[in-house]
Amino acid sequence: MSTASSHVDGHHEEHHPKGIVRWLTTTNHKDIGTMYLVFSLLMFFVGGAMALVIRAELFEPGLQFVHPEFFNQMTTMHALIMIFGAVMPAFVGLANWMIPLQVGAPDMALPRMNNLSFWILPFAFAMLLSTLFFDGGAPASGWTMYPPLIQQTGDAFPFLIFSVHLMGISSIMGAINIVVTILNMRAPGMTLLKMPLFTWTWLITAYLLIAVMPVLAGAVTMLLTDQFFGTSFFHAAGGGDPVMFQHIFWFFGHPEVYIMILPAFGIISEIIPTFARKPLFGYEAMVYATASIAFLSFIVWAHHMFTVGMPLAGQLFFMYATMLIAVPTGVKIFNWVATMWRGAMTFETPMLFAIAFLFLFTIGGFSGLMLAIVPADYQYHDSYFVVAHFHYVLVPGAVFAIMAGVYYWLPKWTGRMYNEKLGKVHFWLSVIGVNVAFFPQHFLGLAGMPRRIPDYATQFTNFNAISSVGAFMFGLSQLLFAYIIWRAVRGGEKATAEVWENTKGLEWTVPSPAPYHTFDEPPEVR
Amino acid sequence: MSDNTGSDKRRAANRSLIGHLLIMTAGMFAFGFALVPLYDVFCDITGFGGRTNTEAATVTERPDESRTVTVEFASNLSGFGHWDFEPEMRTMEVQPGRLYQMNFVARNGSDNVLTGHAVPSVAPGSVARHFQKTECFCFEPQEFDPREQRDMPVVFILDPEIPRHVDRVTLSYTFFTGGPVAAR
Repeated sequence: MSTASSHVDGHHEEHHPKGIVRWLTTTNHKDIGTMYLVFSLLMFFVGGAMALVIRAELFEPGLQFVHPEFFNQMTTMHALIMIFGAVMPAFVGLANWMIPLQVGAPDMALPRMNNLSFWILPFAFAMLLSTLFFDGGAPASGWTMYPPLIQQTGDAFPFLIFSVHLMGISSIMGAINIVVTILNMRAPGMTLLKMPLFTWTWLITAYLLIAVMPVLAGAVTMLLTDQFFGTSFFHAAGGGDPVMFQHIFWFFGHPEVYIMILPAFGIISEIIPTFARKPLFGYEAMVYATASIAFLSFIVWAHHMFTVGMPLAGQLFFMYATMLIAVPTGVKIFNWVATMWRGAMTFETPMLFAIAFLFLFTIGGFSGLMLAIVPADYQYHDSYFVVAHFHYVLVPGAVFAIMAGVYYWLPKWTGRMYNEKLGKVHFWLSVIGVNVAFFPQHFLGLAGMPRRIPDYATQFTNFNAISSVGAFMFGLSQLLFAYIIWRAVRGGEKATAEVWENTKGLEWTVPSPAPYHTFDEPPEVR
Repeated sequence: MSDNTGSDKRRAANRSLIGHLLIMTAGMFAFGFALVPLYDVFCDITGFGGRTNTEAATVTERPDESRTVTVEFASNLSGFGHWDFEPEMRTMEVQPGRLYQMNFVARNGSDNVLTGHAVPSVAPGSVARHFQKTECFCFEPQEFDPREQRDMPVVFILDPEIPRHVDRVTLSYTFFTGGPVAAR
């Protein structure tokens, strides 16, 4: 008889193709998870390099390094790559690795589709990035693709549309796979309310993806037919309305921002109990809060576009609905704090990132509340205040949570501990860099500096210079992150199966590194 | 044996769940397109987006002589080209319930025959449905000979039901010009 975890390979091993073919044809959730994570790290550096072009140009007023057209291409591509290429694939990679381990399944439910949904991505981004070398340049109208401006994009336009289609197809397939795995592949005895929170938040995220990615696909299809097939969805001349695009886009766009944060909530909910050595405070409340946030995300979209002109009743509705989101989010924040309360806390790198997440995501949440106030939003709209807000929720929010998750689970993947000292150096460089980069942008926005402009009035110089220094500090310290991961892959202190003290959950019952096949026999969950 | 029936069962369960999720995906794709007519209905009801009638309205004059409303006229050109497009006057004091005429002057500055189409919009959107046009150059595309200039009239009326707190309404036209008329 074989036990679940030591039943390694045997007859599976001999079928393994080697080299690149292994990665092209693999249907193993761990391989695919690794590919997603490596791809996302690569895109993180590509998008990060674009951010550094932006910050270098904004270090001083005037035009130094790049043409305004190229600057606009950078802002657009930076956003598209970071959202669809870095943050979302990182979460899908973590889901691929961890969800089968957390629910006691031998693999994802649909392994071949899993392979396809990953391998679409390199093609999508090759298409998107190739536009940088076109005569007319890459798309430059902002990632929100508002018509009529987007329709001035040259040859890059169809490439943009089809790459967005591909990313959408990849996400939808990934989401379907995750839902089926979670609902149908759980080990016997694991009821829904016994699932780890990372799995729970991903279940809800996957439903969000299925609900809104097709809407984005529809919106960009309309752009495509407006451009090439003479329809007038958004052409005022033909009876269409460009504002309608904004409604459709943000109907996708707001749930999209929660797609990028709910799995982060899940990761933080795994890490804080481990290092506080206490069970998560209010597990069920966390689940219901996540579901409430997901529901509310469908009825707040117009807060992205208060300034287009809207009836008063509409503005009030969207303002109050937006503020309502603070309630379930507050539940989560307080539950995390309550989990740490009187815990026997230690501060390893994952916990440091988790605590920084807690502080800094909350700052981003508060500036979001300020933006929700309609009369204030008229002032802040399209200013650097908005840039500061969404970078606070996305960088020390989503990205820090991903890094926390990587440090937390890395020993499980590689079987080796990462270098704790270097991990802490990376943390402090990142947390200082991120704040130096983005905090001054609040002041710039409040003082009236618009976003997406390569030049600015001289009174904004100091804060921009500070912000650029912070951005370079944050960006360069990520090379250290890559080095730490590389070192943990190559060697280092051996990790135990538990990895951390007193960890809970099925993923810690398999050896480290997790064998190629796990849970061939479903584990018993009490 | 029991393993096999177990995996068959799981396969069937997976199939039906995938089916449901695919239907959801297709449904949401369709929903994105369904938003287009829904948005039209929403705008027609609320006047959202400053929609105003694009076909001639039939009205009866019932002047309300107790007050006047300032109507502002705005003109915009879409894209580039040799066009002039201006109202004869920027503002006009009107009494609700009375018909007025205003001319917009357009000039084709190019050497080609061009057609243009003006798209109207009324602000604030909440009173757009109280602004009716009985005659308007915006109802049809306008053809211009090379270098032709002409006055284009709009005849409009403000509904006497227009809320009393509204003392200023803007009628704006954006003039869209197509390419040269083919094969003339």
